[in-house]
Amino acid sequence: MTEPSVPGPDSFPVTEVADDPATRPFWEGIEAGRLLLERCLGCQAVIWYPRGFCPRCGSTAVEWTEASGRGTVYTYTVARRSFGGWAAAVPYVIAYIELAEGPRVLSNVVGVPPDEVSIGLAVEVVMKAGGGAYWFQPVGARP
Amino acid sequence: MSRSAAAVIAGVYEHPRREIPDRTVAQLHAEVALGALADAGLSLSDVDAYFCDSADPGLNSLSMSEYLGIRYRYTDNTDTGGSSYLSHVNHAMRAVAAGQCRVALVTMAGRARSERRGPPAGRRNGPEADFENRWGIAATLHNYALVAMRHMHEFGTTSAQLAEIKVAASQHAQHNPHALLRTPVTVQDVLDSPMLSDPLHRLDCCVITDGGGAVVVVSPDVARSLAQPAVKVLGAGEAPKHAGNGAVDLTYTGAVWSGPAAFDEAGVRPADIDYASIYDSFTISVLLALEDLGFCAKGKGGQFVSDGALLAPHGRLPFNTDGGGLCNNHPSNRGGMPKIIEAVRQLRGQAHPAVQVPDCALALVQGTGGRLGTRSGSATLILGAADA
Repeated sequence: MTEPSVPGPDSFPVTEVADDPATRPFWEGIEAGRLLLERCLGCQAVIWYPRGFCPRCGSTAVEWTEASGRGTVYTYTVARRSFGGWAAAVPYVIAYIELAEGPRVLSNVVGVPPDEVSIGLAVEVVMKAGGGAYWFQPVGARP
Repeated sequence: MSRSAAAVIAGVYEHPRREIPDRTVAQLHAEVALGALADAGLSLSDVDAYFCDSADPGLNSLSMSEYLGIRYRYTDNTDTGGSSYLSHVNHAMRAVAAGQCRVALVTMAGRARSERRGPPAGRRNGPEADFENRWGIAATLHNYALVAMRHMHEFGTTSAQLAEIKVAASQHAQHNPHALLRTPVTVQDVLDSPMLSDPLHRLDCCVITDGGGAVVVVSPDVARSLAQPAVKVLGAGEAPKHAGNGAVDLTYTGAVWSGPAAFDEAGVRPADIDYASIYDSFTISVLLALEDLGFCAKGKGGQFVSDGALLAPHGRLPFNTDGGGLCNNHPSNRGGMPKIIEAVRQLRGQAHPAVQVPDCALALVQGTGGRLGTRSGSATLILGAADA
């Protein structure tokens, strides 16, 4: 019997990000291993996705703060068939992660067999230089 | 009771083919336009308002109206994915009511089946793209699977309950000679089909087809001289459902807003509806719409569909009697147009006899465009038979 496949970002395609001044600090943060969130200095809302202004109150006074990187799985799917550059990566887990700071963000759950993922699972962010993205793994899992 | 309507649907036409490699998209627009106008007993020169979506060739209605030889007084290229055409009918109804036009043509066409191995049409990315497109949501299916998984978690909905929606659609499709899939399936067939993206199976998905359709909306005085029974546009609503600055809640759709707006304008309630065309990109799309439109309580959709409620002609809410997107037609991955057309057939009494709802007086059309797992457009129409 073979071990269950454990998806990891090494098998995922890298997608270029658009060159956007409003989001550049976010992606520079990811490159440096930091998950940054925009926060509104007017109404204190956490802004997701980052856009340089607050969609709640309209303020353009926003600041970057480092997130805890912790969250839980809000929902997920195991992609068992996929397309393009992702076809060879199946099975992999797409999920909304509810960050400790509030926003529910799309990502992958990695470092765990897909069939062991469940809603409510506690996860933490993982990043790697040049990876072009950020992923989440069960808290305490080995990278 | 005879309700008044500001505008009526006088003509419809659904392209009969499901794979059309030998036509351009523009040609398909022309074919469905002429088909719907012929159905109405009108011609292109009668048209003074034109609607198509922004995915259409060239500069949308500017290019297409020139191609079709239409000089419009009113146009709209609202694009909310597959629900666009319900919005177009809404806008056409209001334009007619306001005296902006008398004969509005709505066309839709595309070739998703013929072009599925070719490069997708390039579209400018939205500002959200970088935060959504790097985790392998490589198909619409993956996006909707996130919705289905959460619904199951919160409400105990099962795969067998979702399968009942496909079963009902397939029962209806067997009577439609144009349907891509005409063989009835069972709940077990759905559960035995390959799991593509948990918890959705292959048979939870709609078909991929070429094709198109068109609708002609006219003022009541134009309709009086036409042969087909008029179908009244009694009410309409539309709404976007956004990701809401990270406050994603996948348990409901924009139908919670577009539905009540349409019901209120028509002065009717869910219990009054005799037939419903409900956008069925996936089985889960139908389940959420049934709940959001008030046909059952939130979270009870699974129970609602399990007792044969959707089966024509005698279920509590006969739906998608053409076989819907799940079995019949989902032209260019935009299923709103066939939804309108089948509702018109029902209200004219022209559906297939095996699925014609007796004395069908009021119909609801629900369109859901875009992607339920991220952002989607919802549009709802309430249509009435000529004597409704």
